[in-house]
Amino acid sequence: MSNPNQADIRMREAHLSEGTLRRDCRTVLVCCGPGCLANDSPAIAKALRSKIDEAGLDVKVHPLIKETGCQGLCEKGPMIRIVPDDIAYYKVSLNDVEAIVEKTLRSGEVIPKLLHISAKTGKPVLTLRENEFYTPQVKIALRHVGEIDPHQIDDYIDHGGYGALEKTVKEMTPDVVIEEVHRSGLRGRGGAGFPTGRKWKQCASYENSPKYVVCNGDEGDPGAFMDRSIMEGDPHSVIEGMIIGAYAVGANEGFIYIRDEYALAVETIRKAIEQARERGYLGRNILGSSFSFDLSIVRGGGAFVCGESTALMASIEGKVGEPRAKYIRSVEKGLWGQPTVLNNVETWANIPVILTQGGDQFRQIGTEKSTGTKVFSLVGKVKNTGLVEVPMGIRLRELIFDIGGGILGGRKFKAVQTGGPSGGCIPEELLDLPVDFDSLTEAGSMMGSGGMIVMDDRTCMVDVARYYVQFLADESCGKCVPCREGIRRMAEILEDICEGRGQESDLDLLLNIGETMAEAALCGLGKSAPNPVSTTIRYFREEYLAHIQERRCPAGVCRELTTFEIDGALCNGCGLCRRDCPTDAITGSTKQRHVIDQEKCIRCGNCVDSCKRNAVKVR
Amino acid sequence: MTLSSGMQHRSPDRVAVTGRILEGYPKEQRYTLAMLQDIQKEFQFIPRESMELIADYLELPLSKIYSLATFYKALSLRPKGKHVIKICDGTACHIRSSQMLANELYTLLKIRPGETTEDGQFSIEMVNCLGACAIAPVIVIDETFYGKVTPAKLQEIIAQYGDAFGQSDRSGGVAHE
Repeated sequence: MSNPNQADIRMREAHLSEGTLRRDCRTVLVCCGPGCLANDSPAIAKALRSKIDEAGLDVKVHPLIKETGCQGLCEKGPMIRIVPDDIAYYKVSLNDVEAIVEKTLRSGEVIPKLLHISAKTGKPVLTLRENEFYTPQVKIALRHVGEIDPHQIDDYIDHGGYGALEKTVKEMTPDVVIEEVHRSGLRGRGGAGFPTGRKWKQCASYENSPKYVVCNGDEGDPGAFMDRSIMEGDPHSVIEGMIIGAYAVGANEGFIYIRDEYALAVETIRKAIEQARERGYLGRNILGSSFSFDLSIVRGGGAFVCGESTALMASIEGKVGEPRAKYIRSVEKGLWGQPTVLNNVETWANIPVILTQGGDQFRQIGTEKSTGTKVFSLVGKVKNTGLVEVPMGIRLRELIFDIGGGILGGRKFKAVQTGGPSGGCIPEELLDLPVDFDSLTEAGSMMGSGGMIVMDDRTCMVDVARYYVQFLADESCGKCVPCREGIRRMAEILEDICEGRGQESDLDLLLNIGETMAEAALCGLGKSAPNPVSTTIRYFREEYLAHIQERRCPAGVCRELTTFEIDGALCNGCGLCRRDCPTDAITGSTKQRHVIDQEKCIRCGNCVDSCKRNAVKVR
Repeated sequence: MTLSSGMQHRSPDRVAVTGRILEGYPKEQRYTLAMLQDIQKEFQFIPRESMELIADYLELPLSKIYSLATFYKALSLRPKGKHVIKICDGTACHIRSSQMLANELYTLLKIRPGETTEDGQFSIEMVNCLGACAIAPVIVIDETFYGKVTPAKLQEIIAQYGDAFGQSDRSGGVAHE
């Protein structure tokens, strides 16, 4: 790395004075996604900025700082990247700021302790691409997230943003746009996987106006934060996609419905809409055409069911967010009874790429029936937690073990939960399953919005089923009986099993209730609510039976059914468990076998997790 | 209670503040939720008089407004504490022991999720996934996120929100607004 020459610096200063950001100058990217935010990344950005200003007096390097959206590998945050050199630093703290400015920025020296260590070779790697977490990823929906400053429309435009809109409005008729989206094979990323092109075509075929386009940003699945990252990291891609969609179906008004908990996303989108309006991408006669369109934000009220399309529309209308039966589809009668296209955040973010590169190009990626990529939030008991975007059809094993780096603490993989509360748990036997809409559905789970929660042998599958059912019991809107009553009864039965009152006939009863709900519930939420129960019974029946017949929780999670013991042959008396025990139930002298006082033990499992020798056993 | 008897107890302050909030919105039902959210933010709950004023303003039955106020979790009919502690109980946090944090908070503050301390300083809510799963378990106090929280760390965090709070010495996290 060498210091840029004088001409470069002048050019950069010229850009600076214009208030725009360019790619050709050295830039420090500081991740400000949710994970890094909580690890103080804005303070690091601020310190870097002032250090660089300070150093700037006698140093010829003056990088720009961008506060970007999530760069993905939250586990190793806060992350910073220096481009175009492409150096990635992880777990950066305020104490490192000086060294980064003085060593890396001033004299081009790399700081080894901030680099990623490859799990395969054990050697440090310099760039993001070389990090095995990123190597297999293909970024379409996340193409700008972590690369651009979400608060600067110019940065988006510099990266080709609004080019697709310009092409659309100036060169393409609505029919051609729809045909292109249809040809791409894009399916809705919100969960159900309905072909986007077909949805648009149907909506466009209705003559009545006004028509609406809606973006579903009510990301409520526990363990999922893809949409949040896109809204916070690249808001204009969603806005551009929506404008193109509106042009295609003939809508002049659109809504972005954002979850109440996502305050930062609301703020980022609000700013982006204002900027897009100022530049003439939103409003009357967009880019000099006869097409007019504008967008507003609706902030959700904290109800999971509002992620269901008809409930979401009721909520936008200012009503209670209850779903309706879909005898008539929303494309015909949606918002205020008018034709409406509703797509999810990630779907909209894919649109500009499809229009720029063409549908045929897009469908080269992924599988025949599930084209393109999918963003997943890889969380739970996996080493590299974070956000990943991979081609459809990737094997679960690659996702969890290559990208995710395997299971935390060297424990054993047990299951991966996909599809949120309506999805299911997939066991080890199915790790070679390709991740696409149809394969996951066949396995009894679903793609859902893309949460992927990895579970190890310390996760009890009955407890997981209970957790989801309890979640849904809280969130069921109560409008239809199968869902309202069915979920509650399931929750009671699962509670009984977890607390040692289960009977063998309970399993059939659970499956029976589940079938009824899948048949008779009003909306997708109720129909898919039994999935976590039916998949865990299907794949982990033995674990249910251990709870019921032996009154034992093999994972050591259900407190009433758990007893922990220290294996004397394995215990070396290190004392870690004794230190971590919140009730002082563990006794033993150093280097002597430790014992657990069952009277005092509250079965929190801290000792299991702290033991390096795996000496704490579940009886 | 009829509408008119409710009106006898109206607090003039609340009426005035609610009136100002409503003026910012056109008289259309679609803004009901937004109005209620503004009111919630202002008072930390939805006072009865505010619901009555919205009903009058939009010419809707009071029952419609009441059903919204009770349906959405972001809205509350009872006042919440000055600081709202949200414990994330999303799946990732759940399997990384969010329940332990609830227990620890009970030890510290003597309240359970859904309750408010007697001095009105804190309330606790168990909430659904906050979308910060990679740093599970997560708690949010007001708008500040804290990741990878342990019971020991929790004590330190809560201590920051004692009497000294307000001098914005919040080194553990970053304000989200």
